[in-house]
Amino acid sequence: MSMNPNMIEVRNLHKSYGNLQVLKDLNLDVIKGETLVILGRSGVGKSVLLRQILGIETPDSGYVEVDGQRISSMPLSKRYEAVKSMGMLFQGSALFDSLDIGENTAFYLHQHNPKMGEEEIDARVAEALRMVGLEGVEQKMPSDLSGGMRKRAALARLIVYRPRVLLYDEPTTGLDPITAGQINDLINKTQEELQATSIVVTHDVRSALEVGDRLALHFDGKIAEIADKEKFFKINEPTLHQFYEHAIMSDDFINHLTKKVKHA
Amino acid sequence: MLHTMESYFAAVGDYILFILRVVWVAIRKPPQWALLRDQMFEIGVMSLPVVAVTGFSTGMVLSAQAYFQLSDYGLVSATGLMVTKAMMVELGPVLTAFMITGRVGAAMCAELGTMRVTEQIDALRSMAVNPLQYLVAPRFIAGTIMLPLLTVFSCVMGILGGYLIAVGYYNLPSNSFLDPLPLHISSFDFVSGIAKSIAFGIIIITISCYKGMTTRGGAAGVGRSTTNSVVICYSVILISNFLLTLALNSSYDYIQDFFNRWL
Repeated sequence: MSMNPNMIEVRNLHKSYGNLQVLKDLNLDVIKGETLVILGRSGVGKSVLLRQILGIETPDSGYVEVDGQRISSMPLSKRYEAVKSMGMLFQGSALFDSLDIGENTAFYLHQHNPKMGEEEIDARVAEALRMVGLEGVEQKMPSDLSGGMRKRAALARLIVYRPRVLLYDEPTTGLDPITAGQINDLINKTQEELQATSIVVTHDVRSALEVGDRLALHFDGKIAEIADKEKFFKINEPTLHQFYEHAIMSDDFINHLTKKVKHA
Repeated sequence: MLHTMESYFAAVGDYILFILRVVWVAIRKPPQWALLRDQMFEIGVMSLPVVAVTGFSTGMVLSAQAYFQLSDYGLVSATGLMVTKAMMVELGPVLTAFMITGRVGAAMCAELGTMRVTEQIDALRSMAVNPLQYLVAPRFIAGTIMLPLLTVFSCVMGILGGYLIAVGYYNLPSNSFLDPLPLHISSFDFVSGIAKSIAFGIIIITISCYKGMTTRGGAAGVGRSTTNSVVICYSVILISNFLLTLALNSSYDYIQDFFNRWL
């Protein structure tokens, strides 16, 4: 198993909702330690793919393997154990609004590390919040924070338990360009700190270039293209061209971003 | 038509499966005390005022009607018995269940529904926490414990209200109201009311949580499923009340026998 360079393997995945076929024979490998960005238009089923990987939903056929464990064929009760080392940043942050930010951030530790003392939990919560630039907001409720702050708090809730697989569902959607840039930096920082394997699903080309090692295009229920960041933008594909056109980016700027060394 | 019937039966099957899962999860790994305590406080203690008001006013109106209707036949001494029996076996359990549906069930459905549409339930799963274990099991246990207690409280308030009206307003001698009670109120009446209230507790909590957990479609969806859950709760409470009455009455001998032998 240690020979396998892939952290996540998705094979022949099919998923339909009623008559709507969302995933059609989707295959995907994610290499250990990389950040893979999946680009795709809204509604092609990018989030659906993440939900299958996380085991929140069960595919109609095909399977998902994470670190050699076949998540999608496990009974629900076993899945909870298997996804303990995974985490997801949801599009709408999904902070628990009955708990304050401190309790939200400590949630995983309280649930799964009953032996950990309150002091250690508090220290780890404070450290996670400091890492995302939200010192001293432990007592605030999620509704008191702005959208960007909520995203960062949700990221702190993930960082605190150091998952080895991180899934980001549209991390920059609905944020202003400056906040979006901060989130991208945080994703890179988290990646560096945790040495995790990450999948970032987005339709934000700029974010894709800033955080991705490899890029993939999700189109018509499949992964249509996948390549290293530098090669990806040389692919001649109409949907991709539309993406660049609408992102209002010059070739020079794309070149600048693809060459930019991460974590620099 | 056939399709609607099919989806209706599928939903009922899904709901029954939901109850079994909740019971299984609650037994296998009982919820944390802090969660259970919060829910018992929310369902039980916070409902005391509204249950007190409904119980008290129902007792008063029962007493006024009983006294008024019975006085023509010289049967006013049955007023206390009528109020007490009616409160214990029917009105106490049903009215308490109605008030709890409105006060607790609707809020529960809206809360879980909002959590569902804002991906908070998925977030629980993503952090390896079973939402049935964390959200539903504490509510289920707290509801099943609190409904019978609230029903007893409602009956006490009802009898008190009835007593005050009969004795204070209609000048019925106090012992005419109270003396028949120990003779004619049996353990069966008590068991009947408690059994009903436990069943209603399970019905209210499971329907509200099920409708909440299966909510779809944003804020409008939350509104829809909350309305639905309240309507379904009321209907199921009334129908099951009738069936439970038949079942309990036909096992009257068995229950009385059981109590005489063991207690």
